[in-house]
Formats: sequence, structure tokens, C-alpha cells
Amino acid sequence: MSITVYVPRDSSALSLGADRVAKAIAKEAASRQQEVKIVRNGSRGMFWLEPMVEVATAAGRVAYGPVDPADVASLFDANFLQGGEHALKHGLTDEMPWLKKQERLTFARVGITDPVSIDDYLAHDGYQGLKNAIAMSGADIVKAVTDSGLRGRGGAAFPTGIKWNTVLNAPAEQKYVVCNADEGDSGTYSDRMIMEGDPFVLIEGMTIAGVAVGATQGFIYLRSEYPHALEVLNIAIKNAYDKGYLGANILGSGKHFDLEVRRAAGAYVCGEETSLLESLEGKRGLVRFKPPLPAIEGLFGKPTIVNNVISLATVPIILDKGGDFYKNYGMGRSRGTLPIQLAGNLKQNGLIEKAFGITLRELLYDFGGGSATGKPIKAVQVGGPLGAYLPESQFDTPMDYEAFTAIWAVLGHGGVVAFDESVDMAKMARYAFEFCAIESCGKCTPCRIGSTRGVEVMDKIMSGKDHAKNVILVKDLSDTMLNGSLCALGGMTPYPVLSAINHFPEDFGLSKQEQAA
Amino acid sequence: MCEVIVSGDAVLNSANLDSGKLDKPLTDEQVRRIEAHIGAFKSMPGALLPLLHAIQDDLGYIPEPSYSKISKALNLSVAEVHGVVTFYHHFRTHPPGKHTIQICRAESCQAMGCDALEQHVKSTLGVDYHQTTADGCITLEPVYCLGNCACSPAIMVDEEIFGRVTATKVDQIIREVKESA
Repeated sequence: MSITVYVPRDSSALSLGADRVAKAIAKEAASRQQEVKIVRNGSRGMFWLEPMVEVATAAGRVAYGPVDPADVASLFDANFLQGGEHALKHGLTDEMPWLKKQERLTFARVGITDPVSIDDYLAHDGYQGLKNAIAMSGADIVKAVTDSGLRGRGGAAFPTGIKWNTVLNAPAEQKYVVCNADEGDSGTYSDRMIMEGDPFVLIEGMTIAGVAVGATQGFIYLRSEYPHALEVLNIAIKNAYDKGYLGANILGSGKHFDLEVRRAAGAYVCGEETSLLESLEGKRGLVRFKPPLPAIEGLFGKPTIVNNVISLATVPIILDKGGDFYKNYGMGRSRGTLPIQLAGNLKQNGLIEKAFGITLRELLYDFGGGSATGKPIKAVQVGGPLGAYLPESQFDTPMDYEAFTAIWAVLGHGGVVAFDESVDMAKMARYAFEFCAIESCGKCTPCRIGSTRGVEVMDKIMSGKDHAKNVILVKDLSDTMLNGSLCALGGMTPYPVLSAINHFPEDFGLSKQEQAA
Repeated sequence: MCEVIVSGDAVLNSANLDSGKLDKPLTDEQVRRIEAHIGAFKSMPGALLPLLHAIQDDLGYIPEPSYSKISKALNLSVAEVHGVVTFYHHFRTHPPGKHTIQICRAESCQAMGCDALEQHVKSTLGVDYHQTTADGCITLEPVYCLGNCACSPAIMVDEEIFGRVTATKVDQIIREVKESA
């Protein structure tokens, strides 16, 4: 009988040689005349073990990793197809502490199923949410999402149900659902993992959104840096059409929803929703003034839901198990779970889906295992390039939108980037301005010009010219950008800059008296 | 091995824009292919980005002489087409080398030493960002996040992604790229 072996097709696994491992396993199996079925799954999110190969045994799936093509012969020798002992063996995947300590709701299937197999998706509770939704009124679907407490996972944390309700109540002949898959924040990759590892959950979430508000067309605006996600999404969308889960008559309900992927073109600002809409319309990605909100006048001037990948991919489980089920996870006003991504200088980087409330320290040390270089962790940037840098004294902050706001930081999209003590925070502050200058859409002055002036002043500080005076200038400039910019790009660049100055003044050459001033 | 082809060198590029003299007219084959793409996309809502992607995927770049054809078909001004092409980092108006290496410069990769890696690659190839090696083989570009932040530092060669890249590993990658060209 043929034995199923799983080798991830996730980009990060590919970047470590997963394709070569899959080929080596196929070749070795053929030469030993053993029947092996290789499934290219998503990643379980333990990237220090990638490429992580799993074998389906009677006791469950057994993990081996990190596997190099050179290890493959010895794995066969060790009878890994029956879960045999080997130096790379980690036992049953489901029993691995990293996974066992998580609460995987949105990521329930990622790494488990064959991403492009709709039968596999259905066998793992897929499309239960849509089946419930097509029997409900639009208002009831929106109510379930509102009751769940789900807030926009892209970073702004706006209640998803309220956004949907606005679109539901906006009368129009045509409405749209747009998925923001322009995941450009450094340290984030959860959108990519969903799209490569369980694309149907996103497709189902968008279909439910369309059914709820009466939108018949959806677009996934996908960053051009994700060619593998593009491939998987397009196959999955085709399979969904073939099986009647997309198109003019979804599951025989008479409801209509079409979906296509549109490629972005490498502009970070297009992750801002109005800039994204301009781009989808075929224009430069200039940020729009709000109001009107996209929910009233969005794509091509029509009412449009614009949600992040994770928000939309969380909708199916809410419609499957109910708003209360989801709401029971979390703390305070942050309900449900957050897919957290560990990145940068850590021993064990990966995806952790946990209820809100876990602290940074638990993430960095219990999950992350401390820094990769073995040096103390000096700073952590949470929430992408526009997120604040946090010092060790703030590592006990729980992952919660309000708790982060209270320390003048942001959770954003849940990316956590760790730096060891070799980092120069003045250099990171300069980089924040530089990044803003490269990516500014140019529409508003504080962002377009402020970012470049910021780089210049940081250069003066770093070359040792009038530290104290120039730091005051940077703070003043940051104040202008913070309060005067049109969108979060210029408006939040001061977060990394000012947090670096506030928490690490010594890196800016400030003396003790100047720090106190 | 890489043959010498039309250079996409940045110095040449800027000279192009200044003088407008070096832009070659489109070949008949290029015209045919561009017109086929225009025909395929012109009735699509929001067609410009998908059309530009199709042209760049096919020709490797978006030739400036194509702007007038695109603008007529989509009922835009040439300035609007130019504005869109130049707004997005992904689009290029001159032919790149046979292969493109993108080095991620974002925070996670910085935390794992991408600064040293980019210096190493620049000196190995003898080019800066947005430039092409003299033999026309490799164009070097910065990129701001490949979504491979769990395996920093990351680079992408054409559409193949690499993680935990060291100087030794990148030397080997460059060797393989040159041999495959």
C-alpha cells in the first residue's frame, strides 16, 4: 500500500530546499521500489525545522526535520515510512510542544491538508461556514461576524462586522469584496501561509462576505513578491469554480460570486485600503481622502468590503461554530485569536496562533527560544515597519490591541521581529525614514518631504553633529508627520523613530542630562 | 554561460531618459506581442496593471514606445500610463539582465545581517542596486520583504526564493545562475 509523505510547498520551506527534498524522496522511493504518495502541504509553521517531512502512520503523522536531500537515504534506511527512529525524528506532529500550546482556529488546516484539494478541504470541515451562510439572511451573517468581536487583522483593528454592515446597508447595483493580500510588513507572513497552505479558507471567507452584503465580484490584491501564493490561489479558485463553490449559482443557492486574483506591483503604500483600490482601478496608488469610506464609495465608486487575508480567512469558522465560540477566546476588547509571526534574530521562528493575551516574553523565550545568535535580545519591533520598538522592560506586555496602545505601540498584523544587542537603534530610526521616503505615494507633504528630511537629520545625528539639537528636530518633524499625514505610512513612521529615541537614547549619542531633558 | 546582451545598466538608463536618443524603436515582433496583450486586456475593468504585468512578463520590461498604444486602447493619456509604470517598483522601462537577484532589506533581514550580505553581493557582482553586470547576466534589486522573515536573510533569484542566506551560499547561487544562463 502506498504511504503518504508530506513535504511542504510553503515559500519558506521552498527557500530551504523543500523541492529538492521532495524530488530526493521520490527518487529514493522509486529505486527501493516503495510506493510513496507525496503531498505538497502548507507549513506547520516551525521554520527552524523546515523542510519538515511528515509521514502518515497508523498512530498519526510523524515529523522529521530539518531534512536535507542528503538525509533522505538514511531516512529510508531508518524505515521512516513506518515512523522509524532517526536523529531528525520529532515524534507525532500533533504532540510537538510548539503546536500543542497553540489555539489554531484560522490556521486549523494549514500544514495538514493538501492546499489545492477541495476534497481534502471538505474532509476537514471546509465549507461548513458557507453552507450555514447561504441559509441565513445577510443581516444575520453580518450579526454573527459582529458578535464574534472580530477586528481587522491587517493592523487597524476596526470591527469587521461594522464595516460589513455599512456595505450591507449601502444600496447599489454592484458591490465588491476586496481582499488586501498586499502583506508588505517586515516580520509578517501569516497571509502568505494561509494563501499557500489553505487557500480555500480565504475563498470561502470572501464568498461568505459576498453572500452577506450582496457583492457578486471579489478581488484578491496579491503582492507581486508572492509568486507561489499566486500559483496556489489560481489553482484553488479554478477548483472551486469546477465544483460549484464559485460562480453564478453557488451550491445551487442561486447566489452569485466571482473571484479573481490581481497582482500588485511592489508598492508598500498599496496595503493602505484606498491606495489599494486606486491600484485595482489601474491607477497610481495614491491614497484617497476619507470620507467617503470605501464601504460607501470603494472600488469603481461602489460599496466595497476591504479586509485583510486573516480577517476573511477567520470568517468561515465563525459562521461554522458561531460568533460566541470565537468570542470566548481572547482578552478585553481583543476577541478571538491572533496568528503571531516570530521573525528576525530568534532560534525558533514561526507561526503561533494564540488567543489574545500571551505576553511578548512568552513568545520570545518560550516559543522563540531566545536569540539565534545567543546574545541578549535588545529590542523587538511589533507590527511591521510602522510599529514601535520595544525594550526588554516592556516584554511583559500582553498581545492585546489596547495594552499595546497604552504603551504607545501597535500590534498591527502580529509580526514580531527580534534584534540582539548588536543593533544600532539610530540606524533603525534612519531606516524607518528611508523606507517611508522610498514608499511614500507623494500625495501629502509631511510624508513625502518629512521622510527625506528625517533621513538627513538622522545622518547628522549618526555622524555626531549636535546630537541634542538634532534629536529635538527629529521629534518635532515626527510630530508633524504624526499629525499631518494623510495615511498611516507617514503618520506612523514616527512610531519606530520616537520609540527608538525614547527607549534607546544612548544609541543617539545623548548624555544622561540630555536624556532626562 | 551568459552572453552579452543589451545592457540594462542604470547609467545607460538615466542617459536614456535625459537624451531620449537611446530608446530603440520597437521591433515588429515586440509590436505584435504588445498589441496581442492589449487586445486580451483592454475590456477588463481596471486593466492597466494586469496589462503591464503581461507585457513585462513577456518582454522583460515595458518599452516606453508602447505607452502611446496602451494609452489609446485604454482611453488614457500617455502621461497617465507613464505615471503608473514609474509609480510601481516592480515595473521597469528597460531590459534587465538575464536573471534578477533581489535582496531583502527589511527589518527582519537586517536583524540577521543582510547589510553585510548586500555589501558582499554588490562587490562580488561589481554593481550597485538597480544595475546589471557588464555581461548582461544579473540585475541586482533591493526588495522590502519577501515574506520569508522566519528564515532571514532572504533573497529571490527570478522567482526562486532562498532563506538563511550566507556569503558562501550566495556565492554558490551566483555561480549556478551564471552557469545556467
